[in-house]
Amino acid sequence: MTKKNRKVGVSRRGFLKTLGVGGAGMLIPSGALAAQERVPQPSDGELATLLDLSKCIGCGECVSACRESNAAKFPEPKKPFPEMIPASRAKPEDWSDKRDLDGRLTPYNWLFLQNVEVVYKGEEYDINIPRRCMHCQNPPCANMCPFGAANKHENGITRIYDELCMGGAKCRNVCPWHIPQRQSGVGLYLDLMPSLAGNGVMYKCDRCYQLLDKGELPACISVCPEDVQTIGPRHEIVAQAKALANKMNGFIYGLEENGGTNTIYVSPVPFDLLNKAVDKGKGKPHMKQVADVMADETNLATATLIAPVAGIAAGFLGLGAKLMKIAGSSGESKGDSDES
Amino acid sequence: MKARPYPGWITRLFIFAMTALAATGMMQMPLAKRYFISEIPGLSWTADFFIVHKLHYIFAILLLFVVALVVVHWLRDWRKQLALSTLGRTRVIILGGLIISGCLRVFRNLPNVTLNPDIVVTIEWVHLALTMVMGGVALAALIRKQSAYARKP
Repeated sequence: MTKKNRKVGVSRRGFLKTLGVGGAGMLIPSGALAAQERVPQPSDGELATLLDLSKCIGCGECVSACRESNAAKFPEPKKPFPEMIPASRAKPEDWSDKRDLDGRLTPYNWLFLQNVEVVYKGEEYDINIPRRCMHCQNPPCANMCPFGAANKHENGITRIYDELCMGGAKCRNVCPWHIPQRQSGVGLYLDLMPSLAGNGVMYKCDRCYQLLDKGELPACISVCPEDVQTIGPRHEIVAQAKALANKMNGFIYGLEENGGTNTIYVSPVPFDLLNKAVDKGKGKPHMKQVADVMADETNLATATLIAPVAGIAAGFLGLGAKLMKIAGSSGESKGDSDES
Repeated sequence: MKARPYPGWITRLFIFAMTALAATGMMQMPLAKRYFISEIPGLSWTADFFIVHKLHYIFAILLLFVVALVVVHWLRDWRKQLALSTLGRTRVIILGGLIISGCLRVFRNLPNVTLNPDIVVTIEWVHLALTMVMGGVALAALIRKQSAYARKP
């Protein structure tokens, strides 16, 4: 939210309190109330979230709620970790003693807040940015996982299955924002060749799939006192994001990034300014423009359709059709002149 | 190779495509950096997952071309003159499985395609398992000097 320019507005909760129905409203858990208002249905298909950065006050409620909601999924590593070979390259990553760390993404912290102070058009803004998995429309982490451990679901969530993940961290490498974080000493690799292959399990936001499955909102959305986030069918969220950006004369991030994501930020200041100001590094993603990293594969997929057609055509044209005469066999044809 | 009645360039193209696919397929796993393969002069690209992934596609395209060409020849003419060996038939079946699972992987990677996660996991592990089985059968065929898929009876 802007520091010097904070607009006077009324949140949904504040509006109810003002009307005097807040007392009745408070009898219902806040999450449930929000869920009644905005919870998406399975028939909604691909869901996206809209984050209105002009609303975020950086209270950190979402970070706490995320931890609480996902605590049962957090890793409980076995120590000591297996000896890794080669030790100089395969180093264990251990966050289990830093579980309270909330200033970056870790296996125990799937959402954190970035805070930036920027000046735009002569005015100072203090912007808080909740950061977590972008849930790409065509996620490279899922597409390129060699074990199928990361998968995109029809509701737009990309999940990493901790039972299958080997912790090779390829997903972190290919993710344009390097979101997934590794914890060693857990997972399938311990039962296979722990010294030679794998190094734990990768963790990231799964958009509280267990709540969505029950018809409830992800924890970070329902707990937010400022209604920063909205979730819904992607086409509706995109329309809302564009309308909001238009209204605040603002900017959108996530709509085109990596070919389109299901996490769309709207900010009153340009994202290149935010990207320059934001604290970047390991576990602290950037906000720069991102081209579709799977674009070449999408183009090559067309060629995989053309290749057999070309092969069939070449076959009918007689390319390489002649069989060679093999000594001692009854074959009559002579060698193909095409043979090099 | 002398025992193969079909054109040598087809054999060489097939072996090249299969070897390159096996190598780039292996590199889909994060091995190159960990095991210093990318340190070998000329092999630094093996640590770039995107390059290796695209190369896997390109070699798959080459394989699909060769296989389609051979299938046409087989159906039109060669089946009357050649007979598949037992190990050849086995490898044809495995190759079919590899091609189908590989094409499903390509399909899965397209934008706007979201398959059920259980199906995705099945595709991945079938592809991985068939690769290992193919390697084993190919090695057995090589040892038994039956690497040709088909011979003239």
